[in-house]
Amino acid sequence: MSFWSRTARVAVSLVVLMLLMAILVELTPLGENKWMRVFFGVSALNFTLRAAIPLVLGALSGILCERSGIINIGIEGMMLAGAFAGFVAKSSTNDWPLYLSLVFSVIVSLGVGGLMGLLHGMLSIRFRMDQIISGSVIIILAAGLTSYLFDRDAIADGKFTPIPIPLLSEIPVIGPVLFNNPPITYLALLLVLVVHIAIFYTRWGLRTRAVGEHPRAADTEGINVNLMRYFNTMLGGMLAGLAGAYLVLEAVGQFQEGMTAGRGFISLAAMIFGNWTPFGALGAATLFGYTQALQNEFLLAGVTTIPRQFVSMLPYVVTIIAVSGLVGRVRAPAAIGRPYDTEGGR
Amino acid sequence: MMSNPVLEVQEICKIFPGVVANEDVSLSLNSGEILALLGENGAGKSTLMNIIYGLYQPSSGEILVRGKSSKMRSPRDAIGLGIGMVHQHFQLVPVMTVVENVMLGSEMLRHGFLDREQVSQRILDLSRDYQLEVEPSTLVEDLPVGIRQRVEILKALYRDAEILILDEPTAVLTPQEIEGLFEVMDLLRRQGKSIIFITHKLKEVLRIADRIAVLRQGKLVGEVTPSEASEPRLAAMMVGREVMLQVDKKEAEPGDSILEVKGLEARNDLDEICLSEVDLKVNAGEIVGVAGVQGNGQTELVEVLTGLRPLKNGILRIGGHDLSGATPREITDRGKICHVPEDRHSYGMVDNYSVADNLVLNSYYRSPFAKGMTIQRESIDTNAETLVKKFDVRTPSVQTPGASLSGGNQQKMVIARELSRPIQLMIAAQPTRGIDVGSIEFIHQQIVAKRDEGIAVLLISSELDEIMALSDRIVVMYRGSIIGEVLNKETTRQELGLLMAGVKSDSENIHHSAP
Repeated sequence: MSFWSRTARVAVSLVVLMLLMAILVELTPLGENKWMRVFFGVSALNFTLRAAIPLVLGALSGILCERSGIINIGIEGMMLAGAFAGFVAKSSTNDWPLYLSLVFSVIVSLGVGGLMGLLHGMLSIRFRMDQIISGSVIIILAAGLTSYLFDRDAIADGKFTPIPIPLLSEIPVIGPVLFNNPPITYLALLLVLVVHIAIFYTRWGLRTRAVGEHPRAADTEGINVNLMRYFNTMLGGMLAGLAGAYLVLEAVGQFQEGMTAGRGFISLAAMIFGNWTPFGALGAATLFGYTQALQNEFLLAGVTTIPRQFVSMLPYVVTIIAVSGLVGRVRAPAAIGRPYDTEGGR
Repeated sequence: MMSNPVLEVQEICKIFPGVVANEDVSLSLNSGEILALLGENGAGKSTLMNIIYGLYQPSSGEILVRGKSSKMRSPRDAIGLGIGMVHQHFQLVPVMTVVENVMLGSEMLRHGFLDREQVSQRILDLSRDYQLEVEPSTLVEDLPVGIRQRVEILKALYRDAEILILDEPTAVLTPQEIEGLFEVMDLLRRQGKSIIFITHKLKEVLRIADRIAVLRQGKLVGEVTPSEASEPRLAAMMVGREVMLQVDKKEAEPGDSILEVKGLEARNDLDEICLSEVDLKVNAGEIVGVAGVQGNGQTELVEVLTGLRPLKNGILRIGGHDLSGATPREITDRGKICHVPEDRHSYGMVDNYSVADNLVLNSYYRSPFAKGMTIQRESIDTNAETLVKKFDVRTPSVQTPGASLSGGNQQKMVIARELSRPIQLMIAAQPTRGIDVGSIEFIHQQIVAKRDEGIAVLLISSELDEIMALSDRIVVMYRGSIIGEVLNKETTRQELGLLMAGVKSDSENIHHSAP
């Protein structure tokens, strides 16, 4: 097996292409063209990355669950719960040293995300609930609880700030885009590689894939199917929680009701678009992030020829086109959504 | 032979809610022997093996491995004791490579990562030692069925299995592949492995086994050696009474052509061509058997003929009507056909409907079962009472849900319904799959009776024995085409086997004399 699947190659080429365009725009006379700057300027790329990170984490969350055979439509809810938990933790530890308080809050987000994952696991494995319904339950539960419990007077002091990586951040264009970011961004990019290696090159990954494709085959080799699924769903919940932490502790700095704003669903689209592979999801998230960045860039550049509403629609339109155009060409894990009964009720 | 049991099961009982699957079964397997476990579908063979492999827990009884009492809580325990199982339905992940499938659950690691090189080296070594050639880096979904079985055997050998359980391994193979498997089994036996070979085919048992144990209705009814056994005797042990192994039928008297198919082409669900240039003719009063290894287009052919799958090209003519591209109902009504589908649960019946309702699935919309918009309960029930009697469907009442009948009775129910309307063509796909010998006899008689009434019959079956027992003419499908056509009385298993494997024999031209 080659390290790069076809999807991964396409995804990575897309990212490289965007960087190349940015280099051309910034370092050659091409940059004198206003449209070129709008489309490929460093600022567009920076915004793309910022918009893509929660989608990448959300998609990784989906990949972990679905590769083991559990549909995770509840990423949105897990993300929101993680964001809220991170906010509560941060705002109640404002008097701690900033970094300690932030790291603590991230851990709380991970924990709460993991618990939401566990709940999803219990509903769909132990109680054999339809996994779409169970995921919807997670979303509604998170939306309701966070809005009910949200203290509108609470304030979180401070958020993660960019940490330039020595030397690398000095590289023109690539440096400011990739190597001058806050920690969760670095972590998310690193996680793409880690999850890729884990899924395709470790025992855990092999078993995860087997459990999602053909649980019976895994069972007959003595692998505990449902335990694998619990573990993965919980891990997936933690990653969604991390996406929430990113929103509160790195991007915005505060919590707002419903602040995930559909990112969980776009993550799902990114996961499908990326054919359930981490690098594919990275590419898809970059594409979706880019459409959001364009929306921003158009606004900044004062582009009025295209109505604002149309530009705002862009991310969702691209999502719909991407997913519908791919139906039949990507392949979901075969056993997805089906509860597994061990033979003879062991 | 010195008695030196590697595996003993003692007084095993397994009770499922409402069913006793195994009752006081005691067996022993000696080192280096092939023990055949013979029995009908539902006799409890697979249950017993699943108990030995740790997939089921016995209700009572004991398992001894090499003289030591062993409890199998999960397959992991069984694997640890050197027991390997080749399941009837292959337990392989299609989208993974051979290497990944083989190591799954018993992975070799290097610095914490999967060591694909070492595993594939081990696979290559094993395939050399046991003549199980396979390319380790191919995806399992790209492998033909025969090779997938090798992968299953390799999986067990990779885990150092000393005791191999082969559950119905010949069901999916061509006669030639079966010979190949027997050679492998023989080689394994000579290398000291012990094998339990599960089957319901008598010929195979006599050919390869050292000892034969027969199960009937969960109980061990006897143990014999091949030298003291014969096919009729084994059949009688299996079924509990004398069985007619041959179907009684007279010479066919073919009449007018009923089904005529020319240049048929169709695509499968993945939009790949699955049928091409299929020409087929079935005359009134003859049974044409379609032989072939499963998955060579037989399923799709039946779907096209019944209107369930669109035909891309070609002509479908039934009884003189051009029905190319017609809907299923047009085909059943105008073509006067009946269809016994290969998968009765998906296409043949509604599991939760009563027997009575299942018996009118093809005619509920017509008089006397419907009047205007309303269903006529009484006539549906009367109809059911009549058919249940006529076709010997054993059910507590006609209101019993179809799902709670035994496989054989479900199938008789389906056939009763399909034959209850005036027809000129019967399409029967795998009509006796997974049912008891008694029901098989009955269904075979029904099919022959229909032929004698002058109805054209197209029989699709992956059981070569069934094809040869019933057909007058046999066509063989291979990779979506008809590769050969022979007259039953002029052909041999060997010839059909070669055709099923895609080998066109020279003598085929001589036989190629369709009426």
